[in-house]
Amino acid sequence: MQTLDTLKIGQKAIIKSFTDSFLSLKLVEMGCLPGETVKLTNIAPLGDPLAIEIASYQLSLRKQEASTVVIDKTEEE
Amino acid sequence: MSSLKNISIALVGNPNSGKSTLFNALTGLSQKTGNYAGVTVDKHYGSYTTNLYKATVTDLPGTYSLFPKSIDEKVACQALISQDEKIDVAVIVTDASNLKRHLLLATQIIDLKIPCVLVLNMIDEAEKNHISIYHQDLSKLLDVSVISVNSRTKQGIDELKAQILEAKISHTIFYQFEKLQSSFPNINNYFEVISAQLADTITDKKAIEDFELTDNLQRFSKINYIIAKCVKQPEQLKKSISQTLDAFFTHKVFGFVFFLFILAIIFQFIFYIAEYPMTWIEEGFVWMMNSVSNALPAGKLNDLIVNGILAGISGIAVFIPQIALLFFFIAILEDTGYMARASFILDKIMRRFGLNGKSVIPMISSVACAVPSIMSTRTIMNQKDRLITILVTPLVSCSARLPVYTLLISMMFVGKSTKGFFNYQGLVLMGMYLLGFMSALLAALVFKYVLKAKEKSYFIMELPVYRKPQWQTVMMLVFDKVKVFLFDAGKIILAISIVLWFLTSHGSTQFEEVQQKEILALNQETNDSIKQALQVDFNAQKLETSYAGMLGQKIEPIIKPLGFDWKIGIALITSFAAREVFVGTMATIYSVGDTDNTTTLREKLMSEKNYQTQQPVYSWAVCWSLMLFYVFAMQCMSTLATTYRETKHWKWPFIQFAFMSGLAYFSSLLVYNILS
Repeated sequence: MQTLDTLKIGQKAIIKSFTDSFLSLKLVEMGCLPGETVKLTNIAPLGDPLAIEIASYQLSLRKQEASTVVIDKTEEE
Repeated sequence: MSSLKNISIALVGNPNSGKSTLFNALTGLSQKTGNYAGVTVDKHYGSYTTNLYKATVTDLPGTYSLFPKSIDEKVACQALISQDEKIDVAVIVTDASNLKRHLLLATQIIDLKIPCVLVLNMIDEAEKNHISIYHQDLSKLLDVSVISVNSRTKQGIDELKAQILEAKISHTIFYQFEKLQSSFPNINNYFEVISAQLADTITDKKAIEDFELTDNLQRFSKINYIIAKCVKQPEQLKKSISQTLDAFFTHKVFGFVFFLFILAIIFQFIFYIAEYPMTWIEEGFVWMMNSVSNALPAGKLNDLIVNGILAGISGIAVFIPQIALLFFFIAILEDTGYMARASFILDKIMRRFGLNGKSVIPMISSVACAVPSIMSTRTIMNQKDRLITILVTPLVSCSARLPVYTLLISMMFVGKSTKGFFNYQGLVLMGMYLLGFMSALLAALVFKYVLKAKEKSYFIMELPVYRKPQWQTVMMLVFDKVKVFLFDAGKIILAISIVLWFLTSHGSTQFEEVQQKEILALNQETNDSIKQALQVDFNAQKLETSYAGMLGQKIEPIIKPLGFDWKIGIALITSFAAREVFVGTMATIYSVGDTDNTTTLREKLMSEKNYQTQQPVYSWAVCWSLMLFYVFAMQCMSTLATTYRETKHWKWPFIQFAFMSGLAYFSSLLVYNILS
């Protein structure tokens, strides 16, 4: 099972599902929907949190939170 | 003139939808700030009038959905469904460049079946990114009027005002009626679900979460269809300026260097530049106090007005420059989108201490003064993180402690100034500041485990696109913060100042005897310099016999283990008005006429012998003990009043007072016993 926190900068993926029900509510209302494409755009200098591009805007979240998002890596770049 | 129809409007939208700018464009200078009952969320409202109607506009806190995840969001949701203060029209504000996510809240509000209009805000930026939105199709699919607005240039504002009058209830329904019925048999529509959820009347939390998730997923699939129909945007967004700026602002070296640079600028302004206007305000009040004192007949009333009320107001007004300057910078940092990046790079460090990336600016600003710092914690979204920041920020040594440190350090190191490159005085002073910072962080760590969070903590935060600051929004915020401080915290500060004035200017029969002797003696004496010397002497006697003096003597047994005598006790009480008052009180008690001349005061203090043991009072151990006491103790009524205003509960200033004073007492006790 691959999760969002394992992406490298510039890598894209498709959201599959969530493993934390409370966080999934928040993530969905922020536009992180299953089937949506995400791209990891930035990692904070100290390695945490992460910044992703989703639905044409930038969202930041902690690594631990990203690890609750199950993804499918797309072969690109 | 016939009376115009009155319409109550609420602006509702996601954070970063440009709601405040639209609010400013609509209402201009008619804005007011109030409170929502029971919470620390400020209510912003204003009004405008057209030829056809009169509008009251409320700018609701930003929210991402009608299922609130924070207190601010809950306030916004409750306002929309409130029956007591019913809203006539909801103006849904969306970011035209980011319509998909913003339509989630929009469709939820449409489902509430209240009259609404939809604003495509910041339309200029969408156009710049080659995004075109087909208004008519969007309006048809949503069944609401859609208006493009550029709040900065006020383009579209007049059309919005016209459409508000025409606003109607949409016939489109986005929620799944069958899902609703199967989850909650007693609930008939979306409005009722939202109301029940906000009122906490549904006991099955799992059912609500389940409904929220499936409903939002359904909603987004409908929104995807709408976006496909109505929005045309380029396939691949080109690398935007925002990304280039991000590469710099979140760089592992430049990112921190730039943040330190910003801190240095803020620090310079609130520490050094603010000094000038603060001096003008103080001098202005001194002039005013002298004039009033001479104009009114001498007596108790004169004394109350001049030394009680005017001195109290002066003590409040003197904060204005620092508050205004700090918020000027914070508003710019927020408005440009930089603040989110600062949180992004600092989150990992601050998280360890139970703080937040946004706690850094309040904590650093506290070196100047805790009052504006505590007010600036409003930018911290998480309530627990915000509360911890408020509680620990006053431990950072503020500028009012500096005169106290300076006096004590000069007494400790007389004659031993420079030794090579470093001098002791400088090192000790730096040590005190470091101690303040470290203790604030450690206290935060303790509170992290002690306090219980009302809301679950997460750090899922939008990184908004960088924008040019909007000067009107910036100035409005500055003005608003100054006003809130003057009228909310100011009331409490004034009340305490009057109490302190009473304590120092009244006393038992002994005090009155001194006062009578003073009048007699001063009337008999004609030589001005002797008269002055007498006055100084009587001032000392009056302070000793006043209620404050009596209180100082009463607390001597408590502070004796720290090495303090009753004279220090009096100074501890009076410096509750502001810490630097300590120096002035010492000067009065020790009959030093010229308070500007600290050398005389220092000499006087150093020659002071304990009346029981005949040992010097200000020994090495006592100086250290007193200094540590001033590092930790909560001796500032203005800070406590501000904490009350920002937490809306007396419990928090009380806890702050208790833990800081406890910390001060025990560290002084420890140091005094080790050193003596």
